[in-house]
Amino acid sequence: MNSLELRTATTQTGKRRPSLRMAERIGIHNISLLVALAILVLIFGTLRGDVFFSSRNLLNIGLGITILGVLAMSQTVVIVAGGLDIAVGAIVGLTTVSTAMAIQATGSPAAGILAGLVLGGLAGLVNGIIITYGRVNAVIATLGTMAIFRGIAFIISDGQSIAIFSDTFRFIGIGRILGLPLLIWILLLTAIVFHLFLARSIVGRNIYALGGNPVVARFSGININRYRVGIYIMSGVAAGLAGILLAARTGSGQPVSGSQGLELEAITAAVLGGCALQGGKGTIVGALLGVAIIGVLNNGMILTSVPTFYQLLAKGSLLILAVVIAEYHLNRT
Amino acid sequence: MQSDFFSLDRISKRFGVVQALDNVSIAFRPGEVLALVGENGAGKSTMMRILEGVFAPDTGTVLYGSTPIVFSEPRDSHRAGIRVIHQEPEIVPNLTVAENIFVGELPRLAGVLLDWHRLEEQTDKVLATFGMQQDMRARQLCSTLGPAQRQMIEIMRAIRAGGQLIAFDEPTSSLTDDEARRLFSVIRRLREEGTSIVYISHRLNEVIDLADRIVVLRDGRLVDDSRADGASEQTIAKLMVGRDIADLFTRETWQSGLPLLEVAGLTTDHVTDVSLKVRRGEVLGIAGLMGAGRSELAKAIVGYDRRLDGTITMSGVPVGPNSPHAAIVAGIGFAPEDRKHEALLLFRSILDNASLCVPDKTSTFGFFNRRKALEIVSPLAAKMSIKAPNLDEQVSKLSGGNQQKVVLARWLARQPMLLILDEPTRGIDIGAKAEIYRLIDELAASGIGIILISSEMPELIGLADRVLVMAGGRITAELSRPDIDEATILKHAMPQPVASLGGQIQ
Ligand SMILES: Nc1ncnc2c1ncn2[C@@H]1O[C@H](COP(=O)(O)OP(=O)(O)OP(=O)(O)O)[C@@H](O)[C@H]1O
Ligand SMILES: [Mg+2]
Repeated sequence: MNSLELRTATTQTGKRRPSLRMAERIGIHNISLLVALAILVLIFGTLRGDVFFSSRNLLNIGLGITILGVLAMSQTVVIVAGGLDIAVGAIVGLTTVSTAMAIQATGSPAAGILAGLVLGGLAGLVNGIIITYGRVNAVIATLGTMAIFRGIAFIISDGQSIAIFSDTFRFIGIGRILGLPLLIWILLLTAIVFHLFLARSIVGRNIYALGGNPVVARFSGININRYRVGIYIMSGVAAGLAGILLAARTGSGQPVSGSQGLELEAITAAVLGGCALQGGKGTIVGALLGVAIIGVLNNGMILTSVPTFYQLLAKGSLLILAVVIAEYHLNRT
Repeated sequence: MQSDFFSLDRISKRFGVVQALDNVSIAFRPGEVLALVGENGAGKSTMMRILEGVFAPDTGTVLYGSTPIVFSEPRDSHRAGIRVIHQEPEIVPNLTVAENIFVGELPRLAGVLLDWHRLEEQTDKVLATFGMQQDMRARQLCSTLGPAQRQMIEIMRAIRAGGQLIAFDEPTSSLTDDEARRLFSVIRRLREEGTSIVYISHRLNEVIDLADRIVVLRDGRLVDDSRADGASEQTIAKLMVGRDIADLFTRETWQSGLPLLEVAGLTTDHVTDVSLKVRRGEVLGIAGLMGAGRSELAKAIVGYDRRLDGTITMSGVPVGPNSPHAAIVAGIGFAPEDRKHEALLLFRSILDNASLCVPDKTSTFGFFNRRKALEIVSPLAAKMSIKAPNLDEQVSKLSGGNQQKVVLARWLARQPMLLILDEPTRGIDIGAKAEIYRLIDELAASGIGIILISSEMPELIGLADRVLVMAGGRITAELSRPDIDEATILKHAMPQPVASLGGQIQ
């Protein structure tokens, strides 16, 4: 009995060295992301130290990544559950338009926000139903709805940009609280909510189970259909929120907004952050670090005057590189 | 003594805090069956992975004669004539039986096209050697096969390729006695042909039956290496565990109470018109050959497979169809046979896996509460001696037997009223087996009903109040204590023509 008990699982729980625990908490993956971020900062800092470290520029980076941040976090949840949502960019475009139209029609910012969130949720519901009950592959389904949502955005707006004349609403996009832009507060708040939801809540843990192995999840009593639909609704609402933030920042609703590869960046950030495309793996903290890397890269490329077309090359390569690294890790463990 | 063959020389291997192998030396010999035994986590599979070149040892060498050899990947060892048949079969589900058996050496037409005709011929030949023609067809997709058949494919693939040393890592854990016997005759033939065989198993009777030499590992150290003649299950078990093992199959009480589960006319795509009853405190055994529909019956009861007809009630209350959730809420727990695909989240921790089905007991306001979870899981892990550095260890890193214990811990945490166990002792060492039998007895004594699906006859005979025998998705016989014996079970387990089925139950 003794030799057995010695190495039995319970006896050693919680008796690990504090330094080890610390490193484990942050995670090796996140540490390497921090290193990558530091290297980028170093590069752009050396090349354009004069502008790069100015508080104005740092705030710019922060503002630039709020919208992407929200999308990367919701994408992380979708990928952890074993899905993918490439329609988010189109939903952002659709919600900027509908939010602007609602404000134009009623004059009430609340109506605009409500319209954005509800429409985003509805779009997500459509995705969820097609994928779960229509049994269509998630990539194909959202590729299709991406075109549909973009089409709707153009149809209802007649292809025109719609201006927003509500100062209260504009405050969301340009106002400050305690010296920090409101947008950044919103990003921080959603980050905390997403993190607690995915890492700590029972529903979040069930999402990991669902993505890790749907058969096991079903045997364990998890209603996997309901979860799947719910996750796409969540993704739609998050894209709605991103659309509202974008409309508030630009002061208009534009059917073309969100079509500049937002979904590509969101997926890149999530994968950089440690999501396995097979599902079951990924964290919000990782996704945010991925977003930071993309933000610094975008900003640095503009500062060092890299031509736009080459920026595209860099972004695409980054996504593929991130997936290659993720696959490599997966095969090693 | 310097032989002209493979040997392991003072091999050590460490994983983090776990010393999986500690200075182990073994010399293999041609034409000999060497049995490797030891508790779960003793280091048996690790040793095979080192021999095959999946892991490099920390210290020590693999030798051929007196020449050290280094395999940097399995392909190298295959070329050197070493084949390892793994505990968990690695087959490609979307390919056919034939392609899986001949993967890497598919016959070609004109250099590029697959020569189906020849492939089928070769496959039929292999199937015939194992007497498996009835169980699978060359062109059948492997995704349609159960764990036992997958295991047989893994075995056929390795033997077909041939080699000087073939190692079997628990080949029979998912096989029924019948297939096991066919495997043994193949192993004996290989031995006669001069192949060196390494045989890992927790079924000690097989080991005694088959082995020329027995090597015992305990906690990564070699504790015994001696000839097999004269060994008994007791002596081996004592060497493995380091103490005497109490009587294996005993139950303290045989008392069953009020009716608990009633299944009437249950029909799915895989089982037909099954009716059964389980009382509180009763152990109902389910026997049958491979493919008899035993696991499918379990999946039908828990609502995983679509119910086409029939009713299920728990204590008189109907259980809704097609929803494992409804079954769990009604008090039914199910530990599936295929732990890797149906039971475990391999990349999550022991704690996460064991607490998966008790969200309400491990949370506050919908948020996971680690302290509560530890309070529930720790005692269970200790009770079943789950061997791991701590409860945060990823399940994929545990030894096979310890993974199985995690599955059981999940359901013990849930405390269902009815527990369906599908091959619960598959891959579990003799000490832990005794522990699980005691647990089954304890659960039954506390009034829980148990359905025990098992291919191990002694297990069914020793533990079950009643045994239902299945064949072809139907129940063919019901036996009650004390009339449960191997011959009767086997007689009813043989596939029979439909006409002779009627009138055997009740
Ligand atoms: N990849 C790995 N990473 C970490 N630990 C490992 C790894 N592989 C094995 N171990 C540990 O090494 C020890 C020996 O494991 P091994 O799989 O060799 O046991 P075994 O004798 O085959 O047991 P079983 O009879 O249960 O299959 C175990 O404690 C296991 O947890
Ligand atoms: Mg093993």
